[in-house]
Amino acid sequence: MLTQAFLYFLIVVPGTAGEMCMSHAMKRIGEVTDFRPHAIARVIGRAMKTGWFWIGITMMASGFFALLGMLSVAKVSFVFPATALSYAVGTLGGKLFLGERVGRQRWFGVVIVCIGVILVALGKSQ
Amino acid sequence: MTSSSGLHLKTIALIVVMVSVAPLGDTFLGKGMKQIGAFPGWKPAEMFHFFYRAFTSATIWTGIGLLLTFLVAYLVVLSWADYSYVLPASSISTLVVALLARFVLHETVRPLRWAGVAMVCLGVFTVGNTHPRTTEH
Repeated sequence: MLTQAFLYFLIVVPGTAGEMCMSHAMKRIGEVTDFRPHAIARVIGRAMKTGWFWIGITMMASGFFALLGMLSVAKVSFVFPATALSYAVGTLGGKLFLGERVGRQRWFGVVIVCIGVILVALGKSQ
Repeated sequence: MTSSSGLHLKTIALIVVMVSVAPLGDTFLGKGMKQIGAFPGWKPAEMFHFFYRAFTSATIWTGIGLLLTFLVAYLVVLSWADYSYVLPASSISTLVVALLARFVLHETVRPLRWAGVAMVCLGVFTVGNTHPRTTEH
């Protein structure tokens, strides 16, 4: 039970925190305005020179491997609905750590998405 | 400065790329891994053959290419759009996966799953009607 709780924590918290680090890294690089392949490659190359990018990759990898671990010890019908919480945690993280202004409408949408993802996962596992 | 409608348009365009290529990438990877068979064990020679088969599979490389395309689109969209906008909006991939399952793989998609997909679409529509960028640059 403790292992499952720890794995669940790793999926939700470092998993979404890693994506937030990536978001922060890309915001520091600046808005992409040139969509030609070599220009995009240059932007990604610049992002890869920032610490936030690699912290993000490491945390996302932790979340991914925790998901694989969780799938080996818990039922899929539990794991995927439970990960729907990541949408709410990610939105809260965007507000608290990235300074995004999350209004009522966006929160309402996120809650509906969470319920929808839970139903999709339950529908798949029937 | 990008206009509001221009910002919405390019954000939605990249999210469409993300949700189109990610499920396809997963499908190709899954199909490729099934083609090469189960993981044989930890003996070096067996592992070498397993990874050799995996990395010489065109199906697996197609999957990797599609998932790399997803990652690049994800990073590019995050260069201007809020994470709290992109994250829920990208859940529209559940619709793409359900459509692939029903019409390409000819699987039975249960009503509960369709109901979930409809809820996700409603949620994405709600989030999609907020401004994609709320922070200063």
